[in-house]
Amino acid sequence: MTNSIGEIEEAGTLLVIGSNTTETHPVIGYRMKMAQRKGASLIVVDPRRIDLAEHADLFLQLRPGTNEALLNGLIHVIIEEGLVDEEFVRERTEGYAEMEAAVKKYTPEYVEGITGVAADDIRQAARLYAQAENAAIFYTMGITQHSSGTNNVLAIANLAMVTGNVGKRSAGVNPLRGQNNVQGACDMGALPNVFTGYQPVDNRDAQSKFKKDWGVKLPTVPGLTVTEIIDGILDGKIKVLYVMGENPALSDANLNHVLEALDKVDFLVVQDIFLTETAARADVVLPAAAFAEKKGTFTNTERRVQLVRQAVNPPGDAWADWVILQELASRIGLKWNYRGPEEIFREIARLTPSYAGISYERLEKEGGLQWPCPDAGHPGTPYLHANQFSRGKGRFTPVEYQPPAEEPDEEYPLLLTTGRSLFHYHTGTMTRRSGAIDSFKPEELAQISREDAQKFGIGDGDLVKVTSRRGDVKVRVQVTEIVPPGVVFMTFHFHEAAVNRLTSNKVDPIAKIPEYKVCAVKLEKVAP
Amino acid sequence: MVSLTINGQKVEVEPEATILQAAEKLGIFIPTFCYDPQLTLVGACRMCVVEVEGMRALVASCCTPVRDGMVVHTDTERVRMAREVNLNLLLANHPLDCLTCEKNGDCRLQDYCYLYGVSESDYKGDRKDYELEDTNPFFIRDMNKCILCGLCVRTCQEVNGAAAIEIMNRGFDSKVATAFNDPLETSPCVFCGMCVDVCPVGALTPKQSIGKGRSYELDTVKTVCPYCGTGCGLELYIKNNEIVRVKGDPSSPVNRGQVCVKGHFGTDFLKNPERLKVPLIKKNGEFVESSWDEALGLVAEKLKGVKGTELAGLSSARATNEENYLFQKLLRSLGTNNIDHCARL
Ligand code: SF4
Ligand code: SF4
Ligand code: SF4
Ligand code: FES
Repeated sequence: MTNSIGEIEEAGTLLVIGSNTTETHPVIGYRMKMAQRKGASLIVVDPRRIDLAEHADLFLQLRPGTNEALLNGLIHVIIEEGLVDEEFVRERTEGYAEMEAAVKKYTPEYVEGITGVAADDIRQAARLYAQAENAAIFYTMGITQHSSGTNNVLAIANLAMVTGNVGKRSAGVNPLRGQNNVQGACDMGALPNVFTGYQPVDNRDAQSKFKKDWGVKLPTVPGLTVTEIIDGILDGKIKVLYVMGENPALSDANLNHVLEALDKVDFLVVQDIFLTETAARADVVLPAAAFAEKKGTFTNTERRVQLVRQAVNPPGDAWADWVILQELASRIGLKWNYRGPEEIFREIARLTPSYAGISYERLEKEGGLQWPCPDAGHPGTPYLHANQFSRGKGRFTPVEYQPPAEEPDEEYPLLLTTGRSLFHYHTGTMTRRSGAIDSFKPEELAQISREDAQKFGIGDGDLVKVTSRRGDVKVRVQVTEIVPPGVVFMTFHFHEAAVNRLTSNKVDPIAKIPEYKVCAVKLEKVAP
Repeated sequence: MVSLTINGQKVEVEPEATILQAAEKLGIFIPTFCYDPQLTLVGACRMCVVEVEGMRALVASCCTPVRDGMVVHTDTERVRMAREVNLNLLLANHPLDCLTCEKNGDCRLQDYCYLYGVSESDYKGDRKDYELEDTNPFFIRDMNKCILCGLCVRTCQEVNGAAAIEIMNRGFDSKVATAFNDPLETSPCVFCGMCVDVCPVGALTPKQSIGKGRSYELDTVKTVCPYCGTGCGLELYIKNNEIVRVKGDPSSPVNRGQVCVKGHFGTDFLKNPERLKVPLIKKNGEFVESSWDEALGLVAEKLKGVKGTELAGLSSARATNEENYLFQKLLRSLGTNNIDHCARL
């Protein structure tokens, strides 16, 4: 997030696009509703009539996979109606002319044809967004999990910059990160191309700094991403896979392909708290401590580093991940000698400019610090890009609408889109094993519209087979007003109905994020 | 700034402050039921009454603004009497089963009765006789114990925004309920449980805590929620190496005490019997329990036995920063940048 959670209530307009916030980030959802009650305009853009849509001043129900067209349409109206923040564009950005040329053809009427959103609603949304003193955009996987995900993000940046809604309190671009420490995992360099704090692995200065500090030789070319690793296994290039606390056997798109890879790899080590679908395929399983059984830090979606404290002991002979890693390192011949998480954190701060001013002592005293925090006297950074962007000038990038890679046709007439629900979390490793939560929501219900229910002769609660070009699952159906005709919605929390058997692993060419949000399917009623 | 005197002590506060806030600044205690700084003021319970010189009636300090030169007394005979009567009326209608009540030791009704020496009610009359609402797996609602402070209703409306509950009927028949007096599952309730955390008495009880310990036996540890990227601060209440209750951490700048169903009621996976407790090695297609030494020896041998380019690792968006750091350090030291996690997924 470029803004902080605490700034949401002061925004003039909130544009929530592709984020079912009240279910995926409930407390942030409370704040959005609070802002709306205090007088902010809330605009919700989503294919489904999600809970937040009920609280919105304006709800734009677009066809799945048409975000860029809508965003371009908003920019078109802003330019046409003279709502551009000219000073901001002049002083802080470059590439405006090309972007302006690109959105020219996205008139509200043209965009209505692509997205199904009424032209007048597009005009009104553009005005509400552009005329607010501070307007903030929020998005989640609804934006990034498309084969055009990177374009979506660029179009969002264009929209924010054209109105100068960046680098201010309560105005900015706010991707909401899904898992509790996904921000931290990225910050720590659990990525193929960067060390901690996004220092590139192919940058000489970064290389020599880490080489010197760690006292080892380091590889200099960026490595493979998750999807490439899976392909690498199937091609026979990757022989050993070490998985710490992830469950790709349920979370990854085109599951059958992933399962094949996990079965094929020569040696699979899985370190986790439960025998997950992935761990069950391992050669060695290492039992790990969970949250509340160890110390350390997490970094939340607003870049706030916070202390995680130990409350109970790990069960049996399970160890904290950092202990396991250190023991393993010593058996490999690396001389690590950390006495505890605090000492590891000191090393992180030493090597990572954006974390340099953060210490356990300060976290204990100040209750969390938001990076960048370059030195011990720095108060942390509630919102980013105050006076300039990290790369100097903000760059507009022209974006063209591309239809989703897989569209419905005669054989597969419906669009499947996937997401999360309030009660469960990710692959269900934790919530499916929480007594109260699992007893309350024990099974997946695929959402379909009344119209489609009628068309395919399916009733509420019926068992159906959902089939895509890649696989099929059986699941019970909920007939609801939430999804529009032509769309099926499922979550990926339930191994019994593993939706990623169906999804496409066609990835965005730049970010390599699979297209979870849209694929074509058909439904048939089956006997229970 | 405005200056006033409370119990003989002078204090300066902002002109918008209430008498209650001015007293708080001096560290002077005033009992309250219906007041919460995050919620609108309703002045409903009148537990917080004080005497102001020059005013005939006692005033509710939680919603009376200060004035310059005001002279306030918070603990006079008249004030004590009024609070006693108030408690007396509440007890007339309250099942006095503190012995088994989960709220014992952490109940404001109990605390104030103790403070003012009220042990039973002088008023005899009808008692409420509502059935327990026990149909959801998260918490029990016992409206016989409800003192109608309205904190839960305002929390649900003003903090959550779900507005699942309201106070229905009037007078003796007043009751906190959903629109049609049906169980919560049929309402817009999302089981955040924030109503449970604000209830000053034992009307709302989290099921995970029942029989697990008195409030004064529990240790508190502040930490961060294991679920979504919001990173809410949680207070974990611990007895005998077990989390017996969870509340949102009011001191967290992220969530200011607010939580959702997962953070509040979803941490019991920790003690699920299926937790992995020993290393496992697959031999002839079956997992066999092993020592750490054997398991780590085998893993180390395999990691060293391949070229860097043949090795890959998936790190965890649920592990700590320190652990993610060590994971990439280990893999990079072994000569590979094939490191990712499911941020993209
Ligand atoms: S649990 Fe949350 S949503 Fe349900 S009634 Fe209580 S405050 Fe409202
Ligand atoms: S249930 Fe608790 S919080 Fe709600 S009105 Fe009754 S006493 Fe107050
Ligand atoms: S309590 Fe709910 S909103 Fe807060 S971090 Fe946990 S899962 Fe997210
Ligand atoms: S606390 Fe002041 S009237 Fe209830």
